[in-house]
Amino acid sequence: MSKSPREAKITTDQKLKFYKDMLLIRRFEEKAGQLYGRGLIAGFCHLYIGQEAVVVGMQDCIGDGDQVVTGYRDHGHMLACGMDPDGVMAELTGREGGYSRGKGGSMHMFSREKNFFGGHGIVGAQVPIGTGLAFSNKYKETDRVCLTYFGDGATNQGQVYEAFNMASLWKLPVVYVIENNMYAMGTSVERHASETELFKRGISFEIEGMEVDGMDVMKVREAGMKAVEHARSGKGPMILEMKTYRYRGHSMSDPAKYRKREEVDDIRSHHDPIEGLKKQLIAAGEASEDDLKAIDKDIKAVVAKSVDFAQESPLPDPKELWTDVLIEAEGV
Amino acid sequence: MSVEIMMPALSPTMEEGTLSKWLVKEGDTVSSGDVIAEIETDKATMEVEAVDEGTIAKILVEAGTENVKVNSVIAMLAEEGEDAASVEAPSSQPAETISGDEDAEAAPEVEDDVAEGAAGPKPDFKPSNDPEVPEGTTFKETTIRDALRDAMAEEMRRDESVFVMGEEVAQYQGAYKVTRGLLDEFGDKRVVDTPITEHGFAGLGVGAAFGKLKPIVEFMTFNFAMQAIDQIINSAAKTLYMSGGQMGCSIVFRGPNGAASRVGAQHSQDYSAWYAHVPGLKVVAPYDAADAKGLLKAAIRDPNPVVFLEHELLYGETFDVPDVEDWVLPIGKAKVRREGTDVTLVAHSRMVGFALEAAEQLAEAGISAEVIDLRSLRPLDTDTVVESVKKTNRLVCCEEGWRYMGVGAEIVATVIDEAFDYLDAPPARVHQADVPLPYAANLEALSLPGTEDIVKAAKAVSEGI
Ligand SMILES: Cc1ncc(C[n+]2csc(CCOP(=O)(O)OP(=O)(O)O)c2C)c(N)n1
Ligand SMILES: [Mg+2]
Repeated sequence: MSKSPREAKITTDQKLKFYKDMLLIRRFEEKAGQLYGRGLIAGFCHLYIGQEAVVVGMQDCIGDGDQVVTGYRDHGHMLACGMDPDGVMAELTGREGGYSRGKGGSMHMFSREKNFFGGHGIVGAQVPIGTGLAFSNKYKETDRVCLTYFGDGATNQGQVYEAFNMASLWKLPVVYVIENNMYAMGTSVERHASETELFKRGISFEIEGMEVDGMDVMKVREAGMKAVEHARSGKGPMILEMKTYRYRGHSMSDPAKYRKREEVDDIRSHHDPIEGLKKQLIAAGEASEDDLKAIDKDIKAVVAKSVDFAQESPLPDPKELWTDVLIEAEGV
Repeated sequence: MSVEIMMPALSPTMEEGTLSKWLVKEGDTVSSGDVIAEIETDKATMEVEAVDEGTIAKILVEAGTENVKVNSVIAMLAEEGEDAASVEAPSSQPAETISGDEDAEAAPEVEDDVAEGAAGPKPDFKPSNDPEVPEGTTFKETTIRDALRDAMAEEMRRDESVFVMGEEVAQYQGAYKVTRGLLDEFGDKRVVDTPITEHGFAGLGVGAAFGKLKPIVEFMTFNFAMQAIDQIINSAAKTLYMSGGQMGCSIVFRGPNGAASRVGAQHSQDYSAWYAHVPGLKVVAPYDAADAKGLLKAAIRDPNPVVFLEHELLYGETFDVPDVEDWVLPIGKAKVRREGTDVTLVAHSRMVGFALEAAEQLAEAGISAEVIDLRSLRPLDTDTVVESVKKTNRLVCCEEGWRYMGVGAEIVATVIDEAFDYLDAPPARVHQADVPLPYAANLEALSLPGTEDIVKAAKAVSEGI
């Protein structure tokens, strides 16, 4: 991530990178779903399929040292942050080689190295946490920004507004990215939110909000650039409401009776972020079908390798049960 | 290379299902995400999506086939450039199985944010000698899930002011299907879907109770009630006292408590000791379906705030429930589930099942264990425990939660107070490892207490018998 994050013009190479990054998430998640079906992954497993443009577009707006935090639908965020697919997949299977050494699972992974701060299971909890990371940036007088992701359902938690108020009051460098995928588990936005235009949720805190087509990686990036710049320049938080969609059930065993198959099919066939970019690239002559096929092939190999790793990595040593509860205090 | 399409597990505990319908036929091309088949479990129909792209070369399991094992190959897919006609069916089926409950009943009921794992053992227990059951009563096999639902439905029929509120309780029929059918019968005025806003709706419930309604507040799991614990303790539990007895708060906070299967530290925690600590609350944690029903009805009628702790891994378990008009049990009474003379095993909720199983094994080793199901943690029926210890002179307290400041600590302290001279050995405690619950299969198993731990502890305190 040595690029200058503030570069506004997009090159073909960058677009191809978006394509690759989105496809990696898609293929990775498809594989994760399959491993779940084979019993290699257990518990809750929330897939990001359909929402790839959000995290890939936003990631292009930040640079070294900027932080990312999200909820339990986190595999895509980790891959976009540059975390190793092997380590993510191995955490899904609960093995020693996983990012949390098997102790966290699908919902709880972290990487200090990549500035990814989780991986949180309690809906809404990541919002004050992301705000606190931003607080630390301001306190230390760095110019770093924290991207804080949460769902439409999470916008109903009280702590979100407590965080909004402090962030605006203290001009903290945080960008709130609401991933509005239209449902909180089985409840549609219309049924859970009195104000369904979620980008307006910051109005009474004087936080500017933008509605963004979250199925279009270019538009995500454009909005992200503005918001990150705003936060980085000391003007405080901004809210981006990403209109997006999850193709799969809420978690693996959701029969998704609350929406029609046609709704999913319609979005998949008309608004798919990966297909959309593919069309653009081909129409502009920036890539050929064959180029993109070759990318797909490479990505499949990366994912296949992560699956091998995740199956071969051993279960954690039983002694690990007792480690990491507290840090030994030295010299106290 | 051809790809095997396998029967997927649609929940953590599913082992087999019915392949009800193929939406593709041999020769069709599919791309990832296409729905190719429908699978039925006894509670839900789920769609199977293609993961890979290619041509359906062979369908190996016909539509309508029942009991198709998870991970068996159901079709073969020819990948691009491969001749579909040359694809062979695999000679042997992969033997990989998922861990989980053998009881097919418990498996497929899981829907959405639900991960039910291996449930506790099902003892061969008939409560026909329960003193509270009138003679000649017949019994009905009921899951805990349905027993809880029946309790709510009966109380809602009986009292207009009772209503249910929580996330996904109405249209979705409950994340764990405990409120199934209630919306249909009582409508959306009395079965209310809330936003994800636990602190808000718990507090709203308290206000509604001050306003003389009788709310049943469902937490999707008690892990999320931590968002609301301030309202439960500071508002619901204390206001009667602070108001000099004016502000009664008749409310039930209920939902699954304790460890689920492989869902990690933030989603698996036993809150028994947390709530039992608080004056102004009643805390109930039933084990079987009859108690679940009888105690939930009592909780709804109770004029006080009641925290009702259910167990995710027991919902699908079936037990006999007395088929009587109005089955209500008193809160605050323990139940002797098995009589014995050598050692007293005290447990509540899912641990009761393990204690009963342990008692069985101990009997084989010549140790006669008495098993006490606390059922209620506040008030705590210490009389029953003390009486038992006076007889057996040995005590093992079993709980799923952490040991520190736990339920076992309270019981041991009481027994030492009231029956010190009767003890022949220091009391033992069985509990979860003193760490947050890990995700990895082996570490999770090491962390949670079970039958073996109880047997071991009971043998240790019984040395010399
Ligand atoms: C405090 C809390 N309440 C309930 C849950 C259970 N739960 C997990 S995800 C979820 C839905 C969240 O929806 P949304 O915020 O829209 O995010 P999405 O899953 O759509 O990405 C619920 C209710 C939880 N994890 N934490
Ligand atoms: Mg959502």
